[in-house]
Amino acid sequence: MLNESGLLVESSKINIVANNKEIKFSDDALALTEKLIKRYPEGKHKSAILPILHIAQAEFDGWLSPEVMDYVASLLKIQPIEVYEVATFYTMFNLKPVGKCLIEVCHTGPCWLMGAEDVVRYIEKKLGIKNGETTADGMFTLKTVECLASCGTAPMMQIGETYHENLTLEKVDAILDDHRNAGVRRTHWEKEKIKP
Amino acid sequence: MGRQLLLDNLDKPGINTLSGYQQTGGYESLKKALQMKPEDIVTEVQKSGLRGRGGAGFPTGMKWSFLAKPPGEPRYLICNADESEPGTFKDRYLMQHKPHILVEGMIISSFALGANTSYIYIRGEMMYVYHILQKAIDEAYAAGYLGKNILGSGFDLDLHVHCGAGAYICGEETALIESLEGKRGNPRIKPPFPAVKGLWGCPTVVNNVETIAAVVPIIRITGEEYAKIGVGKSTGTKLISASGHINKPGVYEIELGVPVEEFIYSEQYCGGIRNGKKLKAVVAGGSSVPVLPAELILKTANGEARLMTYESLADGGFATGTMLGSGGFIVMDEDTSIVKNVWNFSRFYHHESCGQCSPCREGTGWMYKILSRLLDGKGETKDIDLLWDIQRKIEGKTICPFGDAAAWPVAASIRHFRNEFEQYISKGKSDVKHYYRINNLQES
Repeated sequence: MLNESGLLVESSKINIVANNKEIKFSDDALALTEKLIKRYPEGKHKSAILPILHIAQAEFDGWLSPEVMDYVASLLKIQPIEVYEVATFYTMFNLKPVGKCLIEVCHTGPCWLMGAEDVVRYIEKKLGIKNGETTADGMFTLKTVECLASCGTAPMMQIGETYHENLTLEKVDAILDDHRNAGVRRTHWEKEKIKP
Repeated sequence: MGRQLLLDNLDKPGINTLSGYQQTGGYESLKKALQMKPEDIVTEVQKSGLRGRGGAGFPTGMKWSFLAKPPGEPRYLICNADESEPGTFKDRYLMQHKPHILVEGMIISSFALGANTSYIYIRGEMMYVYHILQKAIDEAYAAGYLGKNILGSGFDLDLHVHCGAGAYICGEETALIESLEGKRGNPRIKPPFPAVKGLWGCPTVVNNVETIAAVVPIIRITGEEYAKIGVGKSTGTKLISASGHINKPGVYEIELGVPVEEFIYSEQYCGGIRNGKKLKAVVAGGSSVPVLPAELILKTANGEARLMTYESLADGGFATGTMLGSGGFIVMDEDTSIVKNVWNFSRFYHHESCGQCSPCREGTGWMYKILSRLLDGKGETKDIDLLWDIQRKIEGKTICPFGDAAAWPVAASIRHFRNEFEQYISKGKSDVKHYYRINNLQES
């Protein structure tokens, strides 16, 4: 049952600590969570788990630690295992820390035909990391992903919510430089879009 | 260019906003539909001959007519916007540029089906489109097109957008329903079909973005007029996502029935093969459908011109034909390695298998490993037969059609390009130039 605030439990009563820091959504994220839960019939609030895990990644450095997943379980009043089994199924959820910019290069079919392998190899060389690794400064993580529905503008990569299409190696340079200069963490559900 | 029923007015400024969309006649179909009886809308869609645009091509009106209507139980409409089939990007294009046509289609379709709560399930990677749709939905609420007593009709509808999180399998309708319920996207055993027991155990219809959007022009021009477009049972217009080695990749709305040759070579569409190369092969309907060599995609085995229709592309069965599928049209030039292409697809299916059914979970991994071995120059002749055997043992032996989708590209590649597999095996790593080219390595 929803309490007066619309949340399933009093968020203030959840007490999960990781590395001496309390795990807690920002007020905006809590208000958005409340709004999302109401999109599903009463008792079916578990449906909100995927959007809420996206928000959790935006709130907690781009990845889902066990403590963050426990927190989401408490918010949704479900067992932690229900969160773990979902988080491990969907590839967009990072179960290990990632760099501020997760560079996701599509390597499927049409992007491969149009030179995705060159893009991956170029980024590996430029950043000095292999696919799946993070740069020592914590700025970039490189990850190849399956088809992002951008085949007509191949090759392409995604950083945060942004699709970078019709890539050339010069474009890759410019994009990575921009991100390095900005130094801002990017997530699929961008932090500035967490609004009730 | 044929009639444009979905991509019309894309050049109009503000077409992605409510006011811009309304200036081009947007939401007039909704007003018309709300004056009709819900069952008459279903009849109109049946008359139009509209078929599911996600890939299966099942008649939409018939799917709607199967929806169970037990009294007192809610019914749901879900729009499948989990567009993930490699080679397909039409839904993203439509939603990004014309979100209101999907919203309007959802309202009309929900009214026809008697659904008072509906969801658009969009893949999580397209989060920026999620926000575009959310804005369009907010505008529609403010204009009185959503919410209580829509335009005084007495019909109530809440429409929500919901995001996935990276799983191709969630495009399968029962996996999508599981996912929307907040679980892992494992497809369900059927029956019961979603029309009887779907979302939260209630009767549910799941339709593709383009299918729902097509309801808007169908109501505007009538089902009968819509059915006049196209050839035979392939009625209306279809969005084709064209990619690969062509001069003009992009999304094209075609009247079903355009010859494949015209689609590839005419300036209106793909504009021919880039860099003056020759056509080698085409995957006509997304990665899951059989690849065809140039001669069979342009003409059927009987020598007739192949048309962009469900029937013509399927002519000859899998021996010499393919499928229209999702309309993900991937073109490959003469330099493309078919073995490497199918290796790439196999990696995709191996990665995306949900793991429920053993033939698919294990078989996709085996196929990927064997193809990797071939690419590595370590293949043996018996590997081709082994690949054939594995794909045969996946097809038709899984809960959902994913197994078939993983098997078909491998089968078709061997069927039509067996000599290329043999070359990989006979040459091995001895032909260094060849080996480096196929593996995209720099010679040093």
